[in-house]
Amino acid sequence: MREITYAEAIREALRQEMQRDPHVFLMGEDIGVYGGAFGVTLGLLEEFGPERVRDTPISEGVIAGAAAGAALTGMRPVAEIMFMDFTTLAMEQLVNQAAKTRYMFGGKAKVPMVLRTPAGSGTGAAAQHSQSLEAWFVHVPGLKVVMPSTPYDAKGLLISAIRDDNPVIFVEQKLLYRTKGPVPEEPYTVPLSVAEVKRAGRDVTIIATGVMVVRSLAAAAKLAQEGIEVEVVDPRTLKPYDAETITKSVIKTGRVLIVHEAYKTCGFGAEIAAMISEGPAFMYLNAPIRRLAGLDIPIPYNRTLEYHAVPQEENIITAVRELMAYK
Amino acid sequence: MDGAGQLTKEKLIDMLRKMHTIRAFEEKADQLFALGKVHGTMHLSIGMEATAVGAIAALRPDDYITSTHRGHGHCIAKGGDVKLMMAEFLGKETGYCRGRGGSMHIADVESGNLGATGVVGGGIPTAVGAALSVQLRKTGQVVLCFFGDGAANMGIFHESLNLAAIWKLPVVFVCENNQYAMSMPVARAFPIENIADRAAAYAMPGKVVDGNDVLAVYAAVAEAVDRARAGEGPSLIECKTYRWKGHSKSDQERYRTREEVAAWKKKDPIARFEAYLLQEGLLTEEQRQAIAKEAQERIEEAVAFAESSPEPRVEEISEGVYA
Repeated sequence: MREITYAEAIREALRQEMQRDPHVFLMGEDIGVYGGAFGVTLGLLEEFGPERVRDTPISEGVIAGAAAGAALTGMRPVAEIMFMDFTTLAMEQLVNQAAKTRYMFGGKAKVPMVLRTPAGSGTGAAAQHSQSLEAWFVHVPGLKVVMPSTPYDAKGLLISAIRDDNPVIFVEQKLLYRTKGPVPEEPYTVPLSVAEVKRAGRDVTIIATGVMVVRSLAAAAKLAQEGIEVEVVDPRTLKPYDAETITKSVIKTGRVLIVHEAYKTCGFGAEIAAMISEGPAFMYLNAPIRRLAGLDIPIPYNRTLEYHAVPQEENIITAVRELMAYK
Repeated sequence: MDGAGQLTKEKLIDMLRKMHTIRAFEEKADQLFALGKVHGTMHLSIGMEATAVGAIAALRPDDYITSTHRGHGHCIAKGGDVKLMMAEFLGKETGYCRGRGGSMHIADVESGNLGATGVVGGGIPTAVGAALSVQLRKTGQVVLCFFGDGAANMGIFHESLNLAAIWKLPVVFVCENNQYAMSMPVARAFPIENIADRAAAYAMPGKVVDGNDVLAVYAAVAEAVDRARAGEGPSLIECKTYRWKGHSKSDQERYRTREEVAAWKKKDPIARFEAYLLQEGLLTEEQRQAIAKEAQERIEEAVAFAESSPEPRVEEISEGVYA
């Protein structure tokens, strides 16, 4: 199969959905001739014109709020917030308005919008351009949160998100934009709220999100040489997430490592650990549930400090070995 | 009062009927609260009926509105069913929002009422997005966006008016300046005399009207609606009015005097409109009394409907979070 990058896969999903459905349009800062801060929307302005690829002023609140208003009245907007850090400026509109509209109005309205935003560290952009804030959105009923780790998933999940009738926060990984993988040329969907076992194994379950899926798979390949078979589960959708696939894997392996880049305290991993502890997999655990996550610090600028602020492949390998010490 | 020239007698009488219905709804809401029959809070718009009715009278039935926490009047003026409103107010399954929204979140998206929001200024970008949707779908609709003086000091006010202006969106921003953001008077919250002056920053028309003169509100909004529908972009209209009741039920009204409230009550928008209609021979005293009485009866029927309606079922508590 043809291989394209994660960024190209997202662009292809946008293009194909815009071709299919005239209600889909894009709005955000510098997404037109500039192509977006990471070049994801390059070429779409030329193909679809300024009416459907709309550069906005630096106004995150109204980007999110107008997307919700347009969605409420029959459109399917895909808004872009240039860095996930800047979703803080749109929180009122996302959390109080878009997420609540349907329930608050008795289930008689729908808000089919997508908010795309790049997250994560590793680019030397320091504390205000590097965060992974997905857990905040996972905490909000009415929002869906999607976080793809491969080009294939990025395209299929984005098409599902655009066709979904709810507000979806689509978290893209800056460090994955240039990674390549097989992606079918035709449109296809990857269903929301369905996890995928990215690598099967019998000894340890790693539940990882975003770029940590890639690091976990690299770690798993090395651990296999030591005879440790790691199963890597990627939830792909963080809200509502697929507890069943995770539970099934944990029952099989009895050892759990959760890996994400976001801050550890009250991160998505805390939810997964609690879900496992409360659920049927608990009785199958051979070791304490282990979390590897970002340190509870603002992302530092210095290259070495930044590297050590979030989990790396070697940390995952060490953590798995430690889990294997439990018999 | 003038500006009635474009309005038929039937339309004028309908406007008066709606103003009476709003007054009767709000008075009944106040009474039900005092009787302990209401679970939550509410924000009454008594004294502000001319703004809601005058502005919405300038719309086509398929146009949109966005409302505020003080939104009962907007819903009634848009043609909302007071039975479904009262049921929502009492938290019943038959209410507009199945009892999930309450006083602050009454919506009827199908009839163009995009709903009331409890966050000050929160509905302004919703209106901008709806106007963008209208522009993209080329339906010729207009969006009327209500907000208060307090909302005009939110950052989202600036973001929204600017975006609407640069994209020439068919939206009319109607600021209901009722003199107080909770307890903060406009004189202390604004360095300018008129909120409408801010329109200049967005190169859109800005107009101040007497918000207690239903025909003045109508005339100003109708002009802005025509402009919006013609593709010429948004306008900002400031309606200077006054809420007779406190901000909400927690309000002890320590920030204003009885004399001030009494002075505004003398500018009662309903009495003024009636005096005009009587003087012009468009209304008789008998009709006036009948309209007021019918409004009371409609509200009594609404209360009876709401009180006899079922409560939402606990088993259905999680319905409607996701589509």
